[in-house]
Amino acid sequence: MAEVAEIAINVKNLNVWYGSFQALKDINLEVEKNQVTALIGPSGCGKSTLLRCFNRMNELIPGARVGGQVMFAGTNLYDASVDPTEIRSRIGMVFQKPNPFPKSIYQNVAFGLKVNGYQGNVDEAVERSLRRAALWEEVKDRLGTSAFKLSGGQQQRLCIARALAVEPEIVLMDEPASALDPIATLAIEDLIRELAPEVTIIIVTHNMQQAARVSDYTAFLMVSEERSGYLVEYGPTSQIFTNPKEERTEAYITGRFS
Amino acid sequence: MSIASNTPSAFRRTGRRRAAFQEKLVKRIFFLCALVSVLTTLGILGTLLNEAIKFFLDVPVWSFLTGTQWSPLFSPPYQSFGVLPLVAGTLLITTVAAAVALPVGLATAIFLSEYAPERVRKTIKPILEVLAGIPTVVYGFFALTFVTPMLQKVLPELLVFNALSAGLVMGLMIVPMVSSLSEDAMLAVPRSLREAAYALGATRIQVSLRVVVPAALSGIVAAFILALSRAIGETMLVTIAAGATPKLTLNPMESIQTMTAYIVQVSLGEAVHGSLEFRTIFAVGFLLFIMTLVMNVLGYFVVRRWREKY
Ligand SMILES: Nc1ncnc2c1ncn2[C@@H]1O[C@H](COP(=O)(O)OP(=O)(O)O)[C@@H](O)[C@H]1O
Ligand SMILES: [Mg+2]
Repeated sequence: MAEVAEIAINVKNLNVWYGSFQALKDINLEVEKNQVTALIGPSGCGKSTLLRCFNRMNELIPGARVGGQVMFAGTNLYDASVDPTEIRSRIGMVFQKPNPFPKSIYQNVAFGLKVNGYQGNVDEAVERSLRRAALWEEVKDRLGTSAFKLSGGQQQRLCIARALAVEPEIVLMDEPASALDPIATLAIEDLIRELAPEVTIIIVTHNMQQAARVSDYTAFLMVSEERSGYLVEYGPTSQIFTNPKEERTEAYITGRFS
Repeated sequence: MSIASNTPSAFRRTGRRRAAFQEKLVKRIFFLCALVSVLTTLGILGTLLNEAIKFFLDVPVWSFLTGTQWSPLFSPPYQSFGVLPLVAGTLLITTVAAAVALPVGLATAIFLSEYAPERVRKTIKPILEVLAGIPTVVYGFFALTFVTPMLQKVLPELLVFNALSAGLVMGLMIVPMVSSLSEDAMLAVPRSLREAAYALGATRIQVSLRVVVPAALSGIVAAFILALSRAIGETMLVTIAAGATPKLTLNPMESIQTMTAYIVQVSLGEAVHGSLEFRTIFAVGFLLFIMTLVMNVLGYFVVRRWREKY
């Protein structure tokens, strides 16, 4: 981390509204490339909302409005000329509950390749993605069976493989382990650490230990009196957890409120 | 104190006993209602079967099913009981209707469930429901007096009574059924699946066709089958617009007769009750019943097979 850090995403004065309710207020954040950044904070403070700003998923919600800039690879994601589908093929997402398609394991991983007109060998890409998601050995003999036959933890790793297949530069994860048992959770955390040197990962978590274990940087958000989310503190995870600048951060991390 | 608390509790107990009695009564009434419809169905089936069997004592089943000439109302040398022309007419109309209703209905459902903003959806749905509530006789006259003359401008050789225009209008008539049942199936597809697809860079049409439609397929197939058995059984429209000429043809420009239209014709005609001529309608009706039954059973198994996959 001594070298000059490259910025993957630069958030400038971001504001988000759902109808007339302001969910996020004046967020500024520089996410470093090929590092794991954790978003923590009490429930309802806008972590998911912020995450969904990075791949323009908020615009699928009627009434949602975004102001400000999210700079990615030199352009503002919210420029009128930007095609959201292209952005989403470069910035992948893994959801809170495993949500495989009602298709075979193979077709789940191949889906993103097909919709993006992948020219290469699909079989190889499917294998590569399943290997990266540490799932290959468990499923290589039954690629044709339904994804629903897998356990919850396997389904979530399948969803990660599905996201990786498109070779995104950034992967967004919204509490990816919250529906899983402790062992499956550890498997996901190991996976995140393994992926980090090649992919930028932004992960929402409500679990402090998890944030401490997997992330390089941590952003702590809170809700204001008007229930709008704002950024309290952002920095290297080690610093946030051992020596926070803000008293509110320390209070939250040590569990004095939640 | 004990009296004060006793009295209301005694009240409650009789109240509860009365409630239990009411429960039993209501259950009986509901059971009787269910029984009435089951008995009616059995009654209809019994009559149908009884008359059909009497018919088949005179006309062999095989010659009925494979005969290509249908002229039961003619006098003996020309009289013939081959049902195929009626079956062909029915299937011809149904095919034309399916060619209209399946794509249009499915496209409407996709539009309503995946594209339309809430406001548009709320406007279009009631309109479709009104369309579904129009009496079929109106559709019949619409086909005969509006669609046929229009088509005749393009196709001069089209007869006044023809399968094409009846089939097209029948297709329009069952579009609301296809679209509303398909839409229900599509709305039941979890939002999380759509989000997963969008997050992979899929476009709206890709999400609709590659995720939502396949996930809702069992419901959509059920919608198709229900709509088609409705088309097969539809009577008024075809009686008015398709003609009364039983003919073994695949050409929709011609005048034909469907099984249902034949039944109407004989019911309203002067065939003597109990005569062989009159019994033909039970034979045709029984065959019609078997056809829709087979379709529904088929639909049932198709739906079950697909559902098991998830
Ligand atoms: N689709 C939505 N419509 C309206 N309000 C929403 C919607 N999604 C989230 N919110 C509101 O925005 C705020 C932030 O929500 P969210 O981003 O889900 O928080 P978190 O992920 O930190 O729990 C909450 O007050 C929530 O009620
Ligand atoms: Mg959340």
